[in-house]
Amino acid sequence: MIPLSWYLMLGAGLFVIGMFTFLVRRNIIMMLISLELMLNAVNIMLIATSHYMQDMRGQILAFFVMAGAAAGVAIGLALLIAAFRNRESANMDEYNLLKG
Amino acid sequence: MLPEFFFGYFACAILGLAMLTVTRKNLVHSVLWMLLLFLHIACLYLFLNAEFLAVIQIIVYAGAILVLFLFLVMLLNLREEHEARRFVKAWQGRLAVCILLLTVIVISVYKATVQPTGGYSIAFINEAGHTKVLGTVLFNQYVLPFLMTALVLFVPMVAAIVLAMKERKR
Amino acid sequence: MELLVTMAKTVLYVAAVFGVTLLHVAYATYFERKVIGRMQGRIGPVEVGFRGLLQPFADMVKSLFKEDIIPAAADRPLFFLAPVIVVASVMTSLAVIPFFNNGAIADLNVGVLFIFAMASLAVYGIIIAGWSSNSKYSFFGAIRSAAQVISYEIAMGISLAGVFLMAGSVNLNDIVLAQREQPLGMFAVLQIVGFVVFVISAFAETNRTPFDLPEAETELVAGYLTEYSGFRYALFFLAEYISMYIMAALIALCYLGGWALPGFVTRALPFLEQVPGIVWFLIKVYAFMFFYFWVRATLPRYRFDQLMAIGWKILIPVSVVNIVITAFVKRWLM
Repeated sequence: MIPLSWYLMLGAGLFVIGMFTFLVRRNIIMMLISLELMLNAVNIMLIATSHYMQDMRGQILAFFVMAGAAAGVAIGLALLIAAFRNRESANMDEYNLLKG
Repeated sequence: MLPEFFFGYFACAILGLAMLTVTRKNLVHSVLWMLLLFLHIACLYLFLNAEFLAVIQIIVYAGAILVLFLFLVMLLNLREEHEARRFVKAWQGRLAVCILLLTVIVISVYKATVQPTGGYSIAFINEAGHTKVLGTVLFNQYVLPFLMTALVLFVPMVAAIVLAMKERKR
Repeated sequence: MELLVTMAKTVLYVAAVFGVTLLHVAYATYFERKVIGRMQGRIGPVEVGFRGLLQPFADMVKSLFKEDIIPAAADRPLFFLAPVIVVASVMTSLAVIPFFNNGAIADLNVGVLFIFAMASLAVYGIIIAGWSSNSKYSFFGAIRSAAQVISYEIAMGISLAGVFLMAGSVNLNDIVLAQREQPLGMFAVLQIVGFVVFVISAFAETNRTPFDLPEAETELVAGYLTEYSGFRYALFFLAEYISMYIMAALIALCYLGGWALPGFVTRALPFLEQVPGIVWFLIKVYAFMFFYFWVRATLPRYRFDQLMAIGWKILIPVSVVNIVITAFVKRWLM
């Protein structure tokens, strides 16, 4: 039997990879992708815990996380299209109009 | 022995594919590595006796979300990124923060164990079928959150259409 | 030891299913050319073998030995990968189809959803094929095809939800067993709305006429297949025919009673019980395959905006209404 902590550490690793990418990559699509990685890491942890506790609630929560992820991506990509029309770039550093 | 071997494979593959996903220069390649990553995560869910969620993972993430990414990358023609500006300049501090976070999480979950407190044992789920069990819980105890999901999905849909639609001529 | 025997049996069964499917695909092309030929007042292939029966093998040999052309500007790894993704995802769906009672390679509890998951993976093959060829025609064909497949997958899924409600399961074997309890032995009667929606979506999902927009020769050469040649082209072709079989099998299983006969038929003619279930299954599948070819010989192609309008403005609302009505009837009247 695989201990629960292995799954949790796997989730932690995936989460940190996603977080680091979100912090250092400057491409908006890459940042959205890293958000998805983080949500998946959380899902792995939730489902693993739910399995070991023999409780369905974690899986229900993971289900809602998936719905939320889909909604988030839809709106993020729509925002990117709207922004792209003005700037012709997907690079975060180009969006600096408010910078003095 | 066998479960450990499979878990080891999936853990290494998931972390490795995540690395590949986030370091690619070409965004299309990146999205495709991520597709493989999601398939591995779905297999991991099968391990955790959650077959419905595994299939939903493929249908939702691979079938809907990643296709959106792929469409957008292609339509905006974001093929290659500029070499120089792929990463921010001051990444060392951020790396330190991330490693710190990883250490904190790993230390806190290193010895984590839980007691099987719920009534949904593996045998029970196998008997009734995961889809049925999940559906029963979802539609009996979590009806309101489920209905809220409809709203959560509806609002972005309208917003996405409004944002992505070209402005009408006045 | 026991594990090894089980594994060997499974591998043999898988090999048998794939081999038989490939043979069926080969003769589906022959069947199609004959049917369409007759409908257009021609006789179809007659040259190779008796009445042209060896034509599929001649075609296969031809496509294997053709020159394999790779565009200079193509993204080579992805260009090679695309047909493999399409064929692999389509073939994997074969694993959950019960050809007779409990006859699936893998009797999954989430059978139908698995087929949907695999169908959504096939979209990647199409998009990658179009993108990696680095050609305008391929790219437009791919974008069209992906948009079409994704849109119609929604209508298809929602229309099947009516069947899930009626059967109380998403396991294909259980769905067939549930249909035996029906007075008419099939869901196609009570779920007639879902059935029609599913059939229309099946045509769009497999890129067949009247929805073969991605391959509209007059506008897009051959859509996402434009830059492919020889063996890789044959792989796409293979995938298209297998996915037609899978859609036909889904229709047979979910709406037409699968490998079972309606109760009133077996009561009237009890000797039919002795016939193996796979015979009825194949008869239903081939009836639908004939319908595919019949439609192809009859109907002209839709425009792309018409296609999208049909999918989003008619099929999806109709199937949603169908679910609601089915749920109400199931809850309060049955």
